[in-house]
Amino acid sequence: MAPPARRVDAAVELDGLVKRYGTTMAVDGLTFHAARGEVTALLGPNGAGKTTTVEICAGFRRADAGTARVLGRDPADRALRARVGVMSQSGGVPVSARAGEFLRLVAALYADPVDPAALLDRLGLTEHARTPYKRLSGGQRQRLSLAAAIVGRPELVFLDEPTTGLDPQARHATWALIEELRAAGVAVVLTTHHMDEAERLADQVYIVDRGRVVAYGTPRELTGAERQLRFRARSGLGLDELLAALPPGSAAKESPAGYYLIEGEIRPELLATVTAWCASHGVLTEDLRIERRTLEDVFLELTGRELRP
Amino acid sequence: MSSTLTPAPGAAPLPAMVRAQAAYEVRALLRNGEQLLLTLVIPVVLLLLFGATSLLDLGPGRRVDFLTPGIIALAIMSTAFTGQAIGTGFERRYGVLKRLGATPLPRSGLIMAKTISVIAVEILQVGAVVAVASALGWRPHGNPASVAFLVLLGTAAFSGLGLLLAGTLRAEATLAAANLVYVLFLVLGGVVFPLSEFPGAVASALGLLPISALADGLRQVLQHGAALPGKDIAVLAVWSVAGPALAARFFRWE
Repeated sequence: MAPPARRVDAAVELDGLVKRYGTTMAVDGLTFHAARGEVTALLGPNGAGKTTTVEICAGFRRADAGTARVLGRDPADRALRARVGVMSQSGGVPVSARAGEFLRLVAALYADPVDPAALLDRLGLTEHARTPYKRLSGGQRQRLSLAAAIVGRPELVFLDEPTTGLDPQARHATWALIEELRAAGVAVVLTTHHMDEAERLADQVYIVDRGRVVAYGTPRELTGAERQLRFRARSGLGLDELLAALPPGSAAKESPAGYYLIEGEIRPELLATVTAWCASHGVLTEDLRIERRTLEDVFLELTGRELRP
Repeated sequence: MSSTLTPAPGAAPLPAMVRAQAAYEVRALLRNGEQLLLTLVIPVVLLLLFGATSLLDLGPGRRVDFLTPGIIALAIMSTAFTGQAIGTGFERRYGVLKRLGATPLPRSGLIMAKTISVIAVEILQVGAVVAVASALGWRPHGNPASVAFLVLLGTAAFSGLGLLLAGTLRAEATLAAANLVYVLFLVLGGVVFPLSEFPGAVASALGLLPISALADGLRQVLQHGAALPGKDIAVLAVWSVAGPALAARFFRWE
């Protein structure tokens, strides 16, 4: 696919990035741009190369080929460390460090940090400020990592799966914080495999699979204007016969049993045809609705439905 | 400090970063129970046990005058080598070093902070050992500057060797190796058992260990009032260059 257009305000520019581990291609010619004041999501299944991409941008690893520019510099440039925040999945917090103590330590490494106490409070960690890292729950650890990534008031943050393992309250607190970062002009790059997260937060979504970008655009561009018709009915309807009654270019399928999906140009006539056909066969439709394709539909279409090892 | 997230990037000045990191490292060292056992409890117990009883034949001279320099050497090794190897090994394993690499703190700043914290803990240890030894009637000789010089060389040598272990082995292997070396050096390094108890050739070989050179050097100064024990300083100087150089060459950050 054609690379995305170059942007003047790009905070991150990756072009044809390649990273191999032995014979495995972790990243295979990945190209993506992220802008300031926007949330850019790398959306992809596990093993798609998202974390490796973030680690290259954070200067933890070097790419084997391709170019990477972060705030206009080589990602390995130490001068970037004060300007870029990184939340990695591995945490990297000493197990005996207390949550508040660790955040104060990280804050002390920056010139003009956010007040650590205020940040703990925003992320619901105040009552755990004196709890050692090893006794924090997974969700609390995630939030502490997020706090440590943004406490130095960076221009650009990389958040690797920021909400994985969070309960709904913590997830919403995290989303609110990410939206606030965007409003403050920070460039936010996040990886996720949660469609709703990308759909809700991201200005630009890059769908990544097997180390490559397979589609990108705004969530709206990716889901397109296409609509689909869904309904429930008894299983085993004769879909070929129904399809014959529909306009050419329509598609119909039953999956799982009893759940039907009609794709194509969904117009009022089509709806009437479907309900009339069902009526003539004595079929009562339930939960009949017309909906836009979701990012999940696009994602599964592009990355396949089979389970990955 | 601010409560807004508006970008205002910038690193703190290096001295401020090093101070914050060193303060954290000292707290971490003192909080760790096993470390305290190694750094404080064992040296003090050995001093009391062998200083106040005649369980061990320590040769001519007052027992405490022989023991205290060895115990100080043991204390230095326990913090600079054993404690640092284990602590840093697990930091590496848990991605702490990698995480710190994403902050403005440079690696040189981290090494400085670790060194400062080791020296701070050593001051506490030497204070405790000297207090117990004095209660047992210890009266040291020699020049305090010579003592400080020997301790600095020993610290550099043991820190280098500790970081070499931590940066090359798995964390569990580092834990095992660092504890094993601690026990072997305690027994074989002239800390509480005089090297003269070993056959001549073995004693000469053991005398080349950093622990033996440090213990013997401190003994030459504190027990016998030597100015600068040349051979021990030469041995320690070699280790204090080799240890950090090997660590710098082979340390893997993750």
